[in-house]
Amino acid sequence: MIQVNNLTKKFGDFVAVDDISFKVNDGEIFAFLGPNGAGKSTTIKMLTTLLNPTNGTVMVNGCDPTRHPDEVRHSFGIVFQDPSLDDELTAWENMEFHGVLYDVPKKIRRERIEQLLKFVELWDRKDSLVKEFSGGMKRRLEVARGLLHHPKIIFLDEPTLGLDPQTRNHIWTHLKELNKSEGTTVFFTTHYMEEADRIAQRIAVIDHGKIIAIGTSQELKKQTNTNSLEDAFLALTGKTIREESANSTDHMRTMRRMRRR
Amino acid sequence: MKKIYILWLRQIKRYLRSRSRIVGSLAQPLLFLFALGYGFGAVFKQAGQGNYLNFLAPGIIGMSIIFTSIFSGMEVIWDRQFGFLKETLVAPMSRFSIMIGRTLGGATVATAQGIIVMLISLAFGFHPISWISTIPAVLVMFLVALLFTSLGTMIASLLDDMQGFQLIMNFLVMPLFFLSGALFPLQGLPEALSIIARIDPLSYGIDALRTLLIGAGHYGLGVDVIVLGIITFIFLWLGSYFFKKIQI
Repeated sequence: MIQVNNLTKKFGDFVAVDDISFKVNDGEIFAFLGPNGAGKSTTIKMLTTLLNPTNGTVMVNGCDPTRHPDEVRHSFGIVFQDPSLDDELTAWENMEFHGVLYDVPKKIRRERIEQLLKFVELWDRKDSLVKEFSGGMKRRLEVARGLLHHPKIIFLDEPTLGLDPQTRNHIWTHLKELNKSEGTTVFFTTHYMEEADRIAQRIAVIDHGKIIAIGTSQELKKQTNTNSLEDAFLALTGKTIREESANSTDHMRTMRRMRRR
Repeated sequence: MKKIYILWLRQIKRYLRSRSRIVGSLAQPLLFLFALGYGFGAVFKQAGQGNYLNFLAPGIIGMSIIFTSIFSGMEVIWDRQFGFLKETLVAPMSRFSIMIGRTLGGATVATAQGIIVMLISLAFGFHPISWISTIPAVLVMFLVALLFTSLGTMIASLLDDMQGFQLIMNFLVMPLFFLSGALFPLQGLPEALSIIARIDPLSYGIDALRTLLIGAGHYGLGVDVIVLGIITFIFLWLGSYFFKKIQI
């Protein structure tokens, strides 16, 4: 479903993603783990047509995101790490907007919006403006929105960040069902190791822009001689706390400034 | 088509919900009409140019359109900062359609603002030569709005945040407005100012409005519409070109 070969992304002199290759199979639940600033979000952006790679090739659902962005865009859904809702619209309008952009027929769209909003327990707030929502409510709405068009692949960039265990479980149960019933490929990043351990079929660990380990949770534990995924992760990436390096937008800014000079 | 419509609808909904923005952006045209319209009325009349308020009203309509539309176009920056832009950029539609949907929405909002200012100026004593001519006048307003919304989108694609906004206001929007003949007749200007006014696209918009609303134009309606049409087309093209280049 996803095939990545020698993918590299540079922002000026900074190498955010350094010559990585991996493959995600059809209908797989795949976790992409790494400390802050390891290159997770940059990779996702290249997979989802938001950034062009400096080098290397990407295939998503059989298409190259740089050459056939629209085909690729039809095939995936995404829940971003940071908010991407329109605060001035209501919850329902945000869903409706998304449904129209993804060509979900009206009847199915209305049904699914109701079903999903009930599922994330926002149905009785459907006509409230998103700006009145709390952080957790916004997060729930974003997850619901990402599922609206039943994509072949769903990218989730730290989807459960800031959610309580109840909601987290609730969402993962739903995603697993979708994975089973529709064969949806799930590609997610998270900082909750037990979540990756429990849900992902295969895990890739990325650090400093390079993939340093890939395999099932069992394999990673075996490889590092540890008992839990958390320990395996720490053994692989070390214990130093990472400076959250500037995101790609910031890098672009520095690049622009340099160009201006 | 449906996607362009929903993008348009979003701009309209946002506009209708921000009442403070509507009221706020009417304050300036009101002040101009009141202070300049009445203030210079006597001098203008003595110079044999007739009713200044009548002359000024199309200029102020043009002013509210250029301000609103450039701001609407620049809303791309907000969308980028609040993350909503990503949602539209990963959706299965071309960047060109996204840009068109947004621009049509922004232009509609700016035209609405222009119509409101026209209605307000009626209360100040403005009277168009005929009521029928207000219909083509609204079309001209929309063309001008389309032109400057595309310009706003183009600028927004090149800026990273709203910090450059003041710069754009003072070095682009204000000169475009003040040098356009919104406040003074284009006849008998010093050479330099006359040339600058000819380069300023807003001059043609206001000139067309004057021809239609008070029957006093300078360049001629045909020239106005052709120039506006061509520049709108170029700016739409440039706007979508730069919009396509946005990376997040």
